[in-house]
Amino acid sequence: MVPLSQYLILSAILFVIGTLGVFVRRNLITILLSIEIMLNAVNLTFVAAGRAFGAVDGQIIVFFVMTVAAAEAAVGLAIVIALFRHRESLDPDAFTSLKW
Amino acid sequence: MLFSMNAIVPLACVTAAALAAMVAEAFRTPGERMPIAPLGLIGLVAAGIATVLLWGHGYVSFNVVAGDDFGLFVTGVLVVIGLLTIAFSPATIEREQLPAGEYYALTLFAIAGMILMAQATDLLVIFLALEVLSLSVYVLTGIRRDSRAASEASFKYFLLGAFSSAFFLYGIALTYALTGSTHLDRVGQLIAGHTFGSGAMETFAVGLLAVGFAFKVSAVPFHMWAPDAYEGAPPVVTGFMATGVKAAAFAAFVRVFMSAFGPLSAIWVPVLWGLAVATMILGTVVGVMQTNVKRLLAYSSIAHAGYLLVGMVSANAVGRAAVLFYLLAYGVTNVGAFGVLALLESKDRPNDELRDLAGLWNVRPGLAALMTVFLLSLGGFPPLAGFIGKWFIFTAAIQSGYYGLAIIGVLTSVVSVFFYLRIVVMMYMTEPEPGRAPLSAPIVPRLAGAALGLATIVVFYLGILPTQLIDLATQSVARIF
Repeated sequence: MVPLSQYLILSAILFVIGTLGVFVRRNLITILLSIEIMLNAVNLTFVAAGRAFGAVDGQIIVFFVMTVAAAEAAVGLAIVIALFRHRESLDPDAFTSLKW
Repeated sequence: MLFSMNAIVPLACVTAAALAAMVAEAFRTPGERMPIAPLGLIGLVAAGIATVLLWGHGYVSFNVVAGDDFGLFVTGVLVVIGLLTIAFSPATIEREQLPAGEYYALTLFAIAGMILMAQATDLLVIFLALEVLSLSVYVLTGIRRDSRAASEASFKYFLLGAFSSAFFLYGIALTYALTGSTHLDRVGQLIAGHTFGSGAMETFAVGLLAVGFAFKVSAVPFHMWAPDAYEGAPPVVTGFMATGVKAAAFAAFVRVFMSAFGPLSAIWVPVLWGLAVATMILGTVVGVMQTNVKRLLAYSSIAHAGYLLVGMVSANAVGRAAVLFYLLAYGVTNVGAFGVLALLESKDRPNDELRDLAGLWNVRPGLAALMTVFLLSLGGFPPLAGFIGKWFIFTAAIQSGYYGLAIIGVLTSVVSVFFYLRIVVMMYMTEPEPGRAPLSAPIVPRLAGAALGLATIVVFYLGILPTQLIDLATQSVARIF
């Protein structure tokens, strides 16, 4: 059986990939996808930990997280569409009307 | 523990009002006017009454929603913030032609999320509450869809918010992987008993949760979204999210870190100390350079998050009570200030540049006077609410021996007075620039006027007779920590 630590390392790697994606990619949709990767890395942690404890709560929590992720994607894409109507661009560097 | 639904009554009242607003909007024929704002006010008043009735009973519902005095105190603060926000809203909705039903439904859902966040005693429920309130506020920020700035603000807020939620959730997952539970009491017991191994993982868990909370309370260096989101949103919404989101996030922050992760304070106290110092200094220094009133108030609210963090770092009973009192004082004052800005907005221009306020005293002396009261309270002048709040926070810091924090706090407060007074000087002593159309006298609806009056009374009451509220705050933290 694969030990818990390896699952945790895998999910940490996935989480870092997602985080880097948010910083590095220059397309709003890809950035949203990177956030999804981060959330799924977290899901993997929950599932693996739940299995290691022999408890179902880890698995059940994942359903909640998936629901939240879906709601977040819906709102996020709606906002992206609203933004696209003003700017016709998906490059975050194009959005400069607010600056410190 | 006795099974009881009592603890969720305030939450249920607000949710019911939100659902009613949504249904009302669905049945509205185009062009028909519906009294949706009063619906929200009724729901909030009912929640307020329920909060008062539940006080002191300590009910727990479903083992995850606690009606303890700490949660109820914050619920009370949130109800007041919600009432003021809804009272200021009709003018903005009318002027910007916003969809009223959606606006009120989202506001009320956000308040429901905030109340749940203040009362939740399980990390998973705190996360769900955080998402309910965040998703509503993201949409509210961008509710002026025809405005480019609003869409951008909304997206920046959403992106960084979702990003920080992922960190927060990862913190919860690591906590679960360590302890096998997400319930704060259980996590606290296991951490105190040290029934598990590796020290690196608990540090990661605490760190990730701290990052998540720091984003939500806009602590430096996780504050980048705040000025943009605050500037792009309509002023009423800005006032709401600068106070409500902060109050709910701080309530959960205090609860999680003091109760569950209290035994690990050696890890998180230095981190929060650094956050508090950076937040107070950056919020104040950058605030001095702003020329837009909304941005200026955004940096001021960042600085205020720093003062609240000082109360948390002190980690004594006085500090926790001070955080509660400060949330109330700051909340009422700031909603009032943004309420005045919302009334000054006109259809052709936002009137949120500093020079737009020149000569306000001649056009609307009443609004200028009220704005002055709110600004002085934010700056911490006696005898106003902000003064007592700051005094209370710095007392806590000194009692715990954090003299450095107290000194930095007092110094930054003194500097911040400069930018608050700059607005006051602008309103009273500066003539409007030639060639720039003077401020038109705004019409103040009766409801908004009443809300401004109420906010002013509370600001003076908390400043002159704070004992009663201080006692309540002290009692409410004494029972749970």
